[in-house]
Amino acid sequence: MASGLRGFVLDTEAAAASARTADDRMAAVHAALASAFTVTADRGARTGPARRRTWLDTFDWRLYRAGLALSYERARRGSRLVLEGDDGVPQATQPAPRWQPRRPRLAADLEAGPVRDRILALTSPRALLPVAAAVSTVSVSRLLNSDGKTVARLIRDDSTVTAAGHGPAAALPTRLAIAEVRGYPGQARRAARLVAGVPGVAPATQPVVKAALSALGLRPGDYSSGVDAEVTAQMPASAAVAILLLRLLDTLEANTDGVLRDIDTEFLHDLRVAVRRSRSAIKLLGDVLPEGPAEHYGAGFKWLGDLTTPTRDLDVHLLGFDATARQLLAATAADLQPFRAFLARRRAREFRRLATALRSARFRALADDWRKVLLEVRDAGIPGSRRGLTAAELAASRTARAFAKVARRGGAITPESPAESLHDLRKRCKELRYLLEFFAPLHDPAAYRKVVGDLKKLQDNLGEFQDSQVQREEIGALADAMLAEGAAPAATLLAMGEVAARLAASQAEAREQFGKRFAAFAGPAGQGHVRVLLGAAASEAAR
Amino acid sequence: MTVYATYNIKGGVGKTTAAVNLAHLSADGGRTLLWDLDPQGAASFLFRVKPKVKGGGKALIRGTRALDGAIKGTDFDNLDLVPADFSYRTMDLLLNAGQSGNDTGRSAKPALRIAELLRPLAADYDAVFLDCPPGISLVSENVLHAADTLLVPLIPTTLSVRTLDQFTEFIAGMAGHRPAVLAFFSMVDRRKRLHQQATRGLSAGRPGVARTAIPSLSLIEQMSVHRAPVTAFAPRSKAACAYRALWSEIRPG
Ligand SMILES: Nc1ncnc2c1ncn2[C@@H]1O[C@H](COP(=O)(O)OP(=O)(O)OP(=O)(O)O)[C@@H](O)[C@H]1O
Ligand SMILES: [Mg+2]
Repeated sequence: MASGLRGFVLDTEAAAASARTADDRMAAVHAALASAFTVTADRGARTGPARRRTWLDTFDWRLYRAGLALSYERARRGSRLVLEGDDGVPQATQPAPRWQPRRPRLAADLEAGPVRDRILALTSPRALLPVAAAVSTVSVSRLLNSDGKTVARLIRDDSTVTAAGHGPAAALPTRLAIAEVRGYPGQARRAARLVAGVPGVAPATQPVVKAALSALGLRPGDYSSGVDAEVTAQMPASAAVAILLLRLLDTLEANTDGVLRDIDTEFLHDLRVAVRRSRSAIKLLGDVLPEGPAEHYGAGFKWLGDLTTPTRDLDVHLLGFDATARQLLAATAADLQPFRAFLARRRAREFRRLATALRSARFRALADDWRKVLLEVRDAGIPGSRRGLTAAELAASRTARAFAKVARRGGAITPESPAESLHDLRKRCKELRYLLEFFAPLHDPAAYRKVVGDLKKLQDNLGEFQDSQVQREEIGALADAMLAEGAAPAATLLAMGEVAARLAASQAEAREQFGKRFAAFAGPAGQGHVRVLLGAAASEAAR
Repeated sequence: MTVYATYNIKGGVGKTTAAVNLAHLSADGGRTLLWDLDPQGAASFLFRVKPKVKGGGKALIRGTRALDGAIKGTDFDNLDLVPADFSYRTMDLLLNAGQSGNDTGRSAKPALRIAELLRPLAADYDAVFLDCPPGISLVSENVLHAADTLLVPLIPTTLSVRTLDQFTEFIAGMAGHRPAVLAFFSMVDRRKRLHQQATRGLSAGRPGVARTAIPSLSLIEQMSVHRAPVTAFAPRSKAACAYRALWSEIRPG
């Protein structure tokens, strides 16, 4: 049984320079190994079918970012999923019958097994999508000692890769690996040394999947839901705002297809965040843009955001459904089933409405025209009263203003204040958070982490407070709708009542926690952190 | 994990040959380990593995080195081997030594030591084969305790049949864990009248005796030239077929 692997690549650049083919190079490898071993073709080797693999990852590359590569492999003895680390060594495998790798699937829908166990929490709620596919010819040679015993194996892998199973194919450089035979680690090391000494053979520095992605011109990790706008301190404020709005537009468009194909719920979530961020940017920073368009597109994004709300709300109910059902004390999970079925029906209906809108000319025009406007601003700059203002100055003044607003409004909240005052504060916190994220590259990373960390805790608290209330109200409205449709057994309504009661309790708890969270963020210490973050410019703008 | 042991007090009856071929067949479907307990190292030789264990049998039996560290991969997928070691010739002494109990991980009972050493491997292997040296010793006593099934090769003579009866009786009288016993005729020579009589007389309806008999074949002798299981170097031969038939009687399911 093979355990450790040492990988090599036949270096294509060196090969081109010396005009030697891969076969010449293989001959040199065999000759080098022959000095210490008898090299023979694997006894069991047949020219069997090629190895076919499809690599899978979430849209936001969660596995890749975690240093993992998941592949689905079709084989004679049954298909399987293989999870490898960055070193190319399998960490878990499980059989995967009836898996169509082209069709996205949630890890939660996989059969129980060690691969599912490893990736479930990491990938949920995202679906696994095909990233690239490879067809490989693998041949194995045995390295024998003087007793004729196999003490290591030489594995040659010639792969052709395609992006997610279509598009132009690319041939990868031949890969070699020395596989250890258990109990003979020294021999494998020795063989690896001999192979490493052959000119034109380089140690493999990256796993096959990475080589495949770069051969295909795919940049792993190229999607993230973060803002990551490339703004610099000294660029004109208008250009910076245009760059960050373009970046948000990219994110919005990157998610549209996934929403329409209904691959997983995160596409819609990310799209909504991009829309909200765009609206906030227009509201808080739009005065550096031409006046007419900013207003017009702000309204367009409101339309878009409102369109997505019903589907997202239902997604949230459905995503949390199992956890909610588990918390029931009086009712049982089964009582709640008609509610789930109702939610699913509603969701299907709302989704159709959303899809129609996303396919509409109005949506296309909104995105296309907005891009034109932004590109113009970015490239030409906008003359006018704001001329000369830098990105750093804009960031400092607006962030300070937003913080002051949060501090003032939050400070005025007492236990007697109406719920609306907290909801309003949540909006202001969101605006502040977005401003921080928009200009993140301009801030000192440590100070930024501190401020955003405390702000996030406050936002979570306000979110809990408002979302509990909204969901509770929604459950009431949904119960009405179910009754109207005659789809509401009494046991289900009682169970929904219990869920609503629990939400009310969470809301009350969040309210209790509010004072502490707010003080941690906006109290004297928090104000100090913000002053550090914004530096001198902040105190100036605040005055 | 099922533990099989090829077992017979008599030497040269085909224990090692059976262990090697059956282990090779077992590896086709399940992860298999063969432990060569005979200091002569015949099974190790047949798999081209040097009869040497790091630290010798002493470190292994005492538990200062885990059995896991002695395992060698064979040339075959799913089939690993714990090689023999010359020091196994004093295995009885090793098993007995330290009964004072101050070694780590030692059980008080020297007869249970091998079973104990195998336990940590339960998750790694579906089948374990123990190839025993001939004779009665503390090693063979250990094997009786460690094995789920004893595979007993019999040369078809009335004498060997009597020995089997005595042995079966002995096992039935063992306290605690009792291995199943499956005897099979080994090295059966069709031309010998005695062999014919004995095989016919015994296998007719006797429980605990396999229907399959392993014939005496020169190809089986050639295993020591090929240094491989006959089921590997001549998978379609009569010899390989006989071992496959025997394995299908033995294997679970
Ligand atoms: N069916 C057979 N036909 C012909 N030769 C056989 C057969 N089975 C075993 N032999 C040969 O008989 C000899 C003894 O066989 P083997 O080593 O398997 O017996 P053993 O019981 O393990 O012996 P020991 O007691 O010495 O360990 C070997 O040379 C082997 O090749
Ligand atoms: Mg033997």
